[in-house]
Amino acid sequence: MKKLINEPSAVVDEMLDGMVAAHPELRRLDGTSVLVRDDAPVDGKVAVVSGGGSGHEPTHAGYLGEGMLDGAAAGEVFTSPTADQIDEMIQATDAGEGVLCVVKNYEGDVMNFDTAAEMASMEGVEVEQVVVNDDVSVEDSLYTSGRRGVAGTIFVHKCAGAKAAAGGDLGEVTAVAEKVIDNVRTMGMALTSCVTPDKGEPTFDLGEDEIELGIGIHGEPGTERADIMSADEITEHLTENVLSDLELDEGEEVVTMVNGMGGTPLSELYIVNRKLQSILDDHGVETWDAWVGDYMTSLDMMGCSVSVLRVDDELKTLLGAPAETPALTVSE
Amino acid sequence: MADAETERDAVLDALDNVAARLADEKSYLTDLDSAIGDADHGANMQRGFGKAAEKRDEFEELDPNEVVQNVGKTLISNVGGAAGPLYGGSIMFASQELEDGITADTSVAFAETYLDKVKDRGGAEVGSKTMVDALVPAVHTYKKSIEQDDLPPLSALAKAVDAAERGVAFTVPLKALKGRASFLDWRSVGHQDPGATSTLFILEALLATAETYLDGAVERDAHAADAARRDE
Repeated sequence: MKKLINEPSAVVDEMLDGMVAAHPELRRLDGTSVLVRDDAPVDGKVAVVSGGGSGHEPTHAGYLGEGMLDGAAAGEVFTSPTADQIDEMIQATDAGEGVLCVVKNYEGDVMNFDTAAEMASMEGVEVEQVVVNDDVSVEDSLYTSGRRGVAGTIFVHKCAGAKAAAGGDLGEVTAVAEKVIDNVRTMGMALTSCVTPDKGEPTFDLGEDEIELGIGIHGEPGTERADIMSADEITEHLTENVLSDLELDEGEEVVTMVNGMGGTPLSELYIVNRKLQSILDDHGVETWDAWVGDYMTSLDMMGCSVSVLRVDDELKTLLGAPAETPALTVSE
Repeated sequence: MADAETERDAVLDALDNVAARLADEKSYLTDLDSAIGDADHGANMQRGFGKAAEKRDEFEELDPNEVVQNVGKTLISNVGGAAGPLYGGSIMFASQELEDGITADTSVAFAETYLDKVKDRGGAEVGSKTMVDALVPAVHTYKKSIEQDDLPPLSALAKAVDAAERGVAFTVPLKALKGRASFLDWRSVGHQDPGATSTLFILEALLATAETYLDGAVERDAHAADAARRDE
């Protein structure tokens, strides 16, 4: 499989350098794969940080900036960053107000973030951690116990980041993150597998006329293989699974996300969004805002995920608050 | 044990011995791991402890508990995967128990804290076919030997190593419930767990170090040794 790379082993390193070159408001901590806001630590503000394997761009470093993340630790492709680098990130972003780590539920990520939090605590930093587990398609998977953390994580970054920017203390920022996690659900599907730089070939085989439902973001197989369906049928499958888990009442408001997995054109994501909104309408649910785009990808995989977040006044205020990052900008 | 300087020398010697032992056993651990894991345990452990041993010179300046803490940190950054936090993070965390020096009592506290942290972080219990199957019998035996049987630390440690060896043998017929091996489900039965095995090697290297620093004779239980001994 053809790839626009130099060396498989240099992918993360070279990507991070290129990212900083494009965004001088970001800075790379020496000798690490950690990017932080150039002005970190930001005085008087709780820091919100995240991280995980690479291959999900623009996640995680794409959300660095005002109103969202202060630090992002990049592991190798689909591999957790090491705890010592996460620890450096925590210490580099802490302004004395404490640090919230937003972790997606994968065993490697959770263990390394746990260990890093302990290391930073030993140095006197106040650290809280939330674990995102929004994927309704599996309870246990190849990489995790319990539900996986996927695209709904971006809503956590946005709301926790906005709360921190508004002067919330560590407890308040953590509470907002937990609230988002309690109210967001996601399900994904793939038309093709992704191709990792190391392996150079698809991580699972999918026939010309087949799709994979319930996929995660690491090229791990999904929960169900099906014959190819129309965009409307796929959207209905994903959305109904998400909605039945979220148990929305008629009249409730939501923010939706149609997230591309990296290899699907925006035109197709809009087709999915069109059906998603009509299904919500049928359920009597009101969409306050609809996000469409590549927010958390799986390298070059073709496919998408659908996320639905139940919102109240507090979350609407936080989602609408200004943010300025490479991947997401919300203006005043 | 003795003065801080002797304790530090003992910790540094223990580090050298563990690193050397894991280097010797690298391909054996890799073989065990290729049967039920991803074939990197031998290389990861050898690299991690090797890096720590290379830092001997800078560790010479530290207190014994700080050496242990820094060994843990070095493992975290060099072992990788889940083993980094499990071995390194737990050693680092348990090093707090050695702040007042290394005695029979603080070594029991270290062992218990290390075990609790491994279980807490990895979620494994006895019977999950993990390093916990070697650790639990070792730590329980060590604690009882010191606290109830009033054995000298060297004899207690020898008994703990025997107990770990029986624990390693116990992993063979089990189905893995944690870690990568658990995805093999029933196919994991009949294979010895690499994490339990490397834990045993670490304990054996600690015992060898203790023999040069502590008084007393070491009596090993030949049956325990037979139980886990591989075909040479």
